[in-house]
Amino acid sequence: MRHMLILGGGTGGTMMANKLAHALDLNTWRLTVVDATGEHYYQPGFLLVPFGAYRMRDLVRPRQQYLPQGVRLIRSSIEHLNADIKTVVLASGEQLRYDCLLIATGAGIHPEQTEGLLDDEWGQNKFDFYTPTGAERLAQFLKGWQGGRLVVSITEMPIKCPVAPLEFLFLADAYFTERGMRGKVDLHLATPLSGAFTRPTSNRILGDMLRDKGISVTPDFGLARVDSREKKLVAWDDTEVPYDLLVSVPTNMGDPWIARSGIGNELNFVLTNKETLLAEGLEDVFVIGDASNLPASKAGSVVHFQSEILLANILEHIEGRPPRARFDGHANCFIESGFGKGMLIDFNYETEPLPGTFPLPGLGPFALLRESPLNHYGKLMFRWVYWNLLLRGVELPIANEMLMAGKVAA
Amino acid sequence: METICLAGKTLTLDNDGNLANCNDWNEAIACELATQEGLDELTPQHWAVITYMRAVFHKEGDAPSIRRLTRESGVDTKTLYKLFPKGPAKKAARIAGLPKPKGCI
Ligand SMILES: Cc1cc2nc3c(=O)[nH]c(=O)nc-3n(C[C@H](O)[C@H](O)[C@H](O)COP(=O)(O)OP(=O)(O)OC[C@H]3O[C@@H](n4cnc5c(N)ncnc54)[C@H](O)[C@@H]3O)c2cc1C
Repeated sequence: MRHMLILGGGTGGTMMANKLAHALDLNTWRLTVVDATGEHYYQPGFLLVPFGAYRMRDLVRPRQQYLPQGVRLIRSSIEHLNADIKTVVLASGEQLRYDCLLIATGAGIHPEQTEGLLDDEWGQNKFDFYTPTGAERLAQFLKGWQGGRLVVSITEMPIKCPVAPLEFLFLADAYFTERGMRGKVDLHLATPLSGAFTRPTSNRILGDMLRDKGISVTPDFGLARVDSREKKLVAWDDTEVPYDLLVSVPTNMGDPWIARSGIGNELNFVLTNKETLLAEGLEDVFVIGDASNLPASKAGSVVHFQSEILLANILEHIEGRPPRARFDGHANCFIESGFGKGMLIDFNYETEPLPGTFPLPGLGPFALLRESPLNHYGKLMFRWVYWNLLLRGVELPIANEMLMAGKVAA
Repeated sequence: METICLAGKTLTLDNDGNLANCNDWNEAIACELATQEGLDELTPQHWAVITYMRAVFHKEGDAPSIRRLTRESGVDTKTLYKLFPKGPAKKAARIAGLPKPKGCI
């Protein structure tokens, strides 16, 4: 029996376990998934928890339930990889030999990387919304908050779902307006980017939206430390941003097992070929999703577009043929903009997000880079799509490669 | 494609305003790009960072992040921000004739 080992049973690991269980001959292949926990969270939903739109229990399901028959799930933390002998060592001490390895351990937040962020005030007036605990504590806090200066702070790029901090601010604007206290809340974004978003056209359009909603921005803000006593952020160049309530998006990093195995970059993201998804310099190892160092967005939609290409390449590889399918960096993100509206952006390595329309048989067209109610419902519907189609590896009527149809060149 | 005239050469720029072809670059061009970025002069420490960035780019096809610069170039983050105010990785890449680092996505 040959052994296909998948590290991480989140979005990418679960999706690929389902696809591989279909595609591989299970008389000759064994499939194993390793994950530290038994709960699978729908992470895009975390954004809505602070505003009371979802409770955490609406967003979590048993991991096992989404893995196909015949796939073994091992609940243990990964200790390290010994690529020379094609073995993964678990915290339980168990050693797993593989013929083909897929890394899908994602990215996590690391507030301890910033001086003064993770102190006694963490969870008091400094929160994150990238973890279940963080999002729930923030929801609790916001219910009783009387107003003041709310600062969303991005510590360092790249982060998962790079539009989430903007969505948080748009939704906060709507939330406080609906509660009749928008006048008592000052909304601010401190970001290391030169504007609202990374690429020119979307930066301009999203920047205009922030301004229209009365949300101010400190760009090029390289956060050096948080001064909890004086309640201010201090940048490397000594610029200061005061806050009453800090909503932090801390440094995102790959899991420490990647550092222990010596296969990552300075943020523990695995060095990965951006087209084939093979790990650089390792034999028989592929990477999917947030765990890689690809210059693509860290998003569930990206994981989905990668999955078909990855499947084709794994199937070629195990037959001893060179992988031929090429990933183009395609990302497609719904952006919640508040008051029941949303936006959609669609882009890849080469093409920046452009305005126009996005054709989707049966549901679309969705408006690109423009607010519309349909986009909002698209985002809400996505939770159902995630559990019922995406994780189960069902094909969606969206091309893996980015298409120019409907887009209007800037 | 936009072009720019620097140190007597006409050069093509990419969408971010960085040199489209890193082989067009030389020290005189770096000095003029530095002036455009509001730097008064390029000190030996600036050159150490620029040289390191070009070396990484040559080897890996992408310029390093601030975190990596701090770890490997021997210049700490605070100093990097003094040398290249606002965004050290972005700014140093532009002066070094390289595209904007992809890590900022
Ligand atoms: C607030 C927020 C909003 C988001 N919004 C969107 C959105 O609107 N649209 C979108 O497309 N994407 C969004 N995303 C991003 C999306 O959720 C991720 O990109 C996606 O889940 C990545 O999948 P993955 O398989 O790479 O990692 P994950 O799904 O995170 O899975 C990684 C798994 O690996 C396991 N693991 C890690 N380390 C170890 C170890 N050492 N041992 C054992 N197990 C380990 C973890 O337990 C986890 O189950 C959002 C994310 C957040 C946090």
